[in-house]
Amino acid sequence: MAQHSDHAAAGHHDAAAHAHHPTAKTYLVVGLFLTIITVLEVWAYYVPSFVASKAFVPTLLIMSAVKFATVVMFYMHLKYDHKIFRALFTGGFLVAATTLIGLMFLFGKLAVRLGLLT
Amino acid sequence: MEAAITSAPQSPVAGHHYTSTGLDNRKIGIWAFLGSECMLFVSLISTYLIYKGRSVVGPFPHEAWTNPQTGQHLNPILNIPVTSFSTFLLLMSSLSMVLAHNAVVNKRVPKTTTGQRILGSSKLWLWGVIILGLGFLMCQAYEFTSFVHEGLTIRTNLFGSSFFTLTGFHGAHVTAGVLWLCSLLAIDYKRDLMPEDALNVDLAALYWHFVDVVWIAIFTLVYLIR
Repeated sequence: MAQHSDHAAAGHHDAAAHAHHPTAKTYLVVGLFLTIITVLEVWAYYVPSFVASKAFVPTLLIMSAVKFATVVMFYMHLKYDHKIFRALFTGGFLVAATTLIGLMFLFGKLAVRLGLLT
Repeated sequence: MEAAITSAPQSPVAGHHYTSTGLDNRKIGIWAFLGSECMLFVSLISTYLIYKGRSVVGPFPHEAWTNPQTGQHLNPILNIPVTSFSTFLLLMSSLSMVLAHNAVVNKRVPKTTTGQRILGSSKLWLWGVIILGLGFLMCQAYEFTSFVHEGLTIRTNLFGSSFFTLTGFHGAHVTAGVLWLCSLLAIDYKRDLMPEDALNVDLAALYWHFVDVVWIAIFTLVYLIR
């Protein structure tokens, strides 16, 4: 019987999560926001003084991360969905990101700068 | 009575799959799959970044190169305007995908204005995703063809090997997504997709958005950062 009430609660949770999904207007605003960031990214690529500056790479990485997070939170509904889904995705993503950073330390230009590779 | 209750979780009731977590197994499965896909694409991106700048012969992505043996001059090979356009197509396809999902979820809501009817047409938005996805693939086919004509193949240098493997894998994922969406569109024409089908559309949408976020990373790391 307890299981039945669990299922009812879960069903209620699904319905509640669905009710909090963004509206079509929010999706359009997010689409516009993503377009503006993409335009800024491409614009930055064509400004030689900015490309030569130290801020170029971090700025592009931040803009890319913002776009990534926006799509995942709003379009993939991870902001509104169950924490298990969040854990499944962010878990895989964190393992992947740690692997990337580790590989960059071991074999990338970072390793050359640190004197680990020639 | 007890037996009936304990057997309930295994049997689908009214099209709903009961699980011990109370969440649909298919949705848990797609999120776990996308988490594992993160690892696949990060391994490919890592390979590209590790080999970046280590090619002995050109063409190179951002620098011009002259072949010392033949004297042939090769310009930087990446075509940023075309790739920016294809990135825009993929972003807009994601917008179209959420609107398709939204239209299916709200299928039974009465539509009185033209705007509501446009926003509520799942067929229109599914067509939009498919056409934009095909547009992206055409841009990629154009890019690959022009690279081969300019002398860059998967066997030319480290850049060519890692670039074609990474973007080729992504293109294969986009192709699979387009085929998945075509099957949803066919179902929508056969019998309208209704709110009961929202989860099926949601699964395809999650996959499609993931393909989009992977491209967001590739566009910055491969194309824009020199």
